Amino acid sequence: MNIVILKTDALFFILIMVVFFYVLYASKREHLLIPWRQVSRQPMGMSAVVVLSLYVTVAVFDSLHFHPRLPSATDSGSPIQYSSEVMSVFDLLVGPMKRRVEKTYSAPFAAHAFAKETITLADGSTRRGYLRLTHGAAHLRDPANERAADLLGKSAKGFLFGLLAWLCIVTGIVTWCARRLGVPFRNLSASMFAGETATPWRTIFGTLAVCAVVIGFCVSVAPYYHILGTDKVGNDVLYQALKSIRTGLLIGTLTTLVMLPFALLLGIAAGYFRGWIDDAIQYLYTTLSSIPGVLLIAAAALMLEVHMSKHAADYTSLAARADLRLLALCTILGVTTWTSLCRYLRGEALKLREIDYIGAARAFGVPHLSIITRHIMPNIMHIVMISMVLDFSGLVLAEAALTYIDIGVDPSMESWGGMINSARLELAREPVVWWSLLAAFVFMFALVLAANIFADAVRDAFDPRLRESNG
Amino acid sequence: MIAYVIRRIAYAVPILLGVNVITFVLFFVVNSPDDMARLHLGDKHITTEAIEKWKEERGYHKPLLWDTKKVGVDRVTNTIFYINTVKLFLFDFGSSDSGRDIGHDISQRMWPSLAITVPILVIGLLVTISFALIIAFFRATYVDTWSVVMCVAMMSISGMFYIIGGQFLIGKMLRIVPISGFDTGIFAVKFAILPVLVGIIGGIGHGTRWYRTIFLEEINRDYIRTARAKGLSESTVLYGHVLRNALIPILTGVVVILPSLFLGSLITEAFFGIPGLGSYTIEAIQRQDFAIVRSMVFLGSVLYIVGLVLTDISYVVVDPRVRLN
Repeated sequence: MNIVILKTDALFFILIMVVFFYVLYASKREHLLIPWRQVSRQPMGMSAVVVLSLYVTVAVFDSLHFHPRLPSATDSGSPIQYSSEVMSVFDLLVGPMKRRVEKTYSAPFAAHAFAKETITLADGSTRRGYLRLTHGAAHLRDPANERAADLLGKSAKGFLFGLLAWLCIVTGIVTWCARRLGVPFRNLSASMFAGETATPWRTIFGTLAVCAVVIGFCVSVAPYYHILGTDKVGNDVLYQALKSIRTGLLIGTLTTLVMLPFALLLGIAAGYFRGWIDDAIQYLYTTLSSIPGVLLIAAAALMLEVHMSKHAADYTSLAARADLRLLALCTILGVTTWTSLCRYLRGEALKLREIDYIGAARAFGVPHLSIITRHIMPNIMHIVMISMVLDFSGLVLAEAALTYIDIGVDPSMESWGGMINSARLELAREPVVWWSLLAAFVFMFALVLAANIFADAVRDAFDPRLRESNG
Repeated sequence: MIAYVIRRIAYAVPILLGVNVITFVLFFVVNSPDDMARLHLGDKHITTEAIEKWKEERGYHKPLLWDTKKVGVDRVTNTIFYINTVKLFLFDFGSSDSGRDIGHDISQRMWPSLAITVPILVIGLLVTISFALIIAFFRATYVDTWSVVMCVAMMSISGMFYIIGGQFLIGKMLRIVPISGFDTGIFAVKFAILPVLVGIIGGIGHGTRWYRTIFLEEINRDYIRTARAKGLSESTVLYGHVLRNALIPILTGVVVILPSLFLGSLITEAFFGIPGLGSYTIEAIQRQDFAIVRSMVFLGSVLYIVGLVLTDISYVVVDPRVRLN
């Protein structure tokens, strides 16, 4: 294996490291833990966390890229050859789904192709009919009679498997909690399932159960059937939808990561220093925010195309090209969204600089930089946190819309917008090809809904105004 | 008041200048006109003559900022910056890369855009405000909780699915209205119904939730408690006091987007095949017509800034507490 680190992978892992260190830092400081405890008491918020962490897991596995080894020639002495194709660990895990490509459309769980074709029989004569799929339900000899029973058996197996996995996870969690709290296992599990604990464990376990069963079903059935059918060129739709998770998550998170330094630096500088610095920064963000976001993105996408055609030699690999487009999209989305965060931060910094303890720090001769990092930064972090989670769902939706009008991610990159785009025209078909749209809808809806619910929980916990009125 | 309006408009000029500098840098400095020509002409082995010809046809052969060969004022005016950027201030958009008059195209195509966006805004506002009032009436009950859950769920569905769902259900299954297209005059109504309906439904989730927050903020104010203490009925309190005061933030929030209605919606127009300014932009992007995209960026910024100025003025008009100083 020859490991490849794409630019977006590197940024994504930096982001994960930042979150990791924040967790380490916050876990030792009581005042930072209080709002998170409040988040952890909201049943809806916690079930959203479960769903979100599933998505993040897929994205992480899908961000570990490498060049696979080519099957080497017969003699072992030849140097190891690597394919130019970039694969991820996630591709390895779901390997069969990636490779099992049909000829064209096929319906979910189908054994036969979706459209009639001319079939050449053994005796040389031809007739019109539905061809058997190469992979979907290929293990059955007589799909018409066997399929229902086979599907039922496989789903039951998946269901049981999922429940078993769920039981293991739940037992693990309860044992760990019981040991930490010093409470007998039986008492703790009883109170958890009765919904008597501060953290809504019952809801968490319920969400986990649903997820485990769905995953168990997929793991058990996917090797034999195309659960969500195949698309125009015969790729498995479920696989595409799963691959799109990384694109969506990256757009939602990296955009914030890219814009954050600018928003923080400029917002605080404007509010803290006032005077001409304030004027200049206000002018900058008013100008940028007055350009309609879509048009700025369109202009930037056009310019990127010119740039890439000029430097065509530098972007030989398809993955590198798609990666650059993704990064450019994150950057330009960041440019269009940082202005509102910058405005909030400026307002907050303006308020903070007039507070007595900062006046005292100045009177003691503490340098500006220390005042900003020690006194102002910690007091505006809640705004950053709130805007980060609130922006996320909007960005995921924006990605799909932008890809649809051809100024989003590269067409070679799997994304929900691309799936919608290619599937939309097929709605005119009779009978309708609906599964690509359904897949994109379900995956997007679950992610955005979870993100919205989580964002509300975080906002309620971190916004001091709301906190005072609640408490 | 007039002095205030003039001052606000004067503030807008440097911002527009900034927008122009940004678009100029983006279109002419980051990539030179040579690169644009190469992308347009496509072939990798094109001759320099072909590039020069392409540039000359579109006026991109001139110097960027300063023409050393000319004398006097011509040194500044005979440049790309002056012709393609400064002239936008006079709403002289010039001609597109394919030779059509952009100003004429825009004046033609803004009407279909308006035919979609204005009804969506007006009817959508009425619908969402009514929903929000109903929810505010039932605040802190199950109706409230479940309505908010519904709103969050509706917000989480991409606008494209509303469009696809609407086209499929109403256009294809029930065959009530055409799926896409447009017509002139009164016949346009037939084509406008579906996009407007979809636009309204798609906006319910976000709008209702937002207005509910505004109403609830207003309901907790002291003067509402006074009104209740006087013995006023719940409906008088809601319509006479809460709604009227909540209309201030709602109205000023709407004013800012009023001018942008001209631009239409890119996604809606693309899906429904409406020949408005949104689809004009998309076509320009797909044809890589730099002149049109540049003009639309400028026009969008102008409209947004007009919206900001109108918002400031409307604050003064509707809220007597705001003073000009």
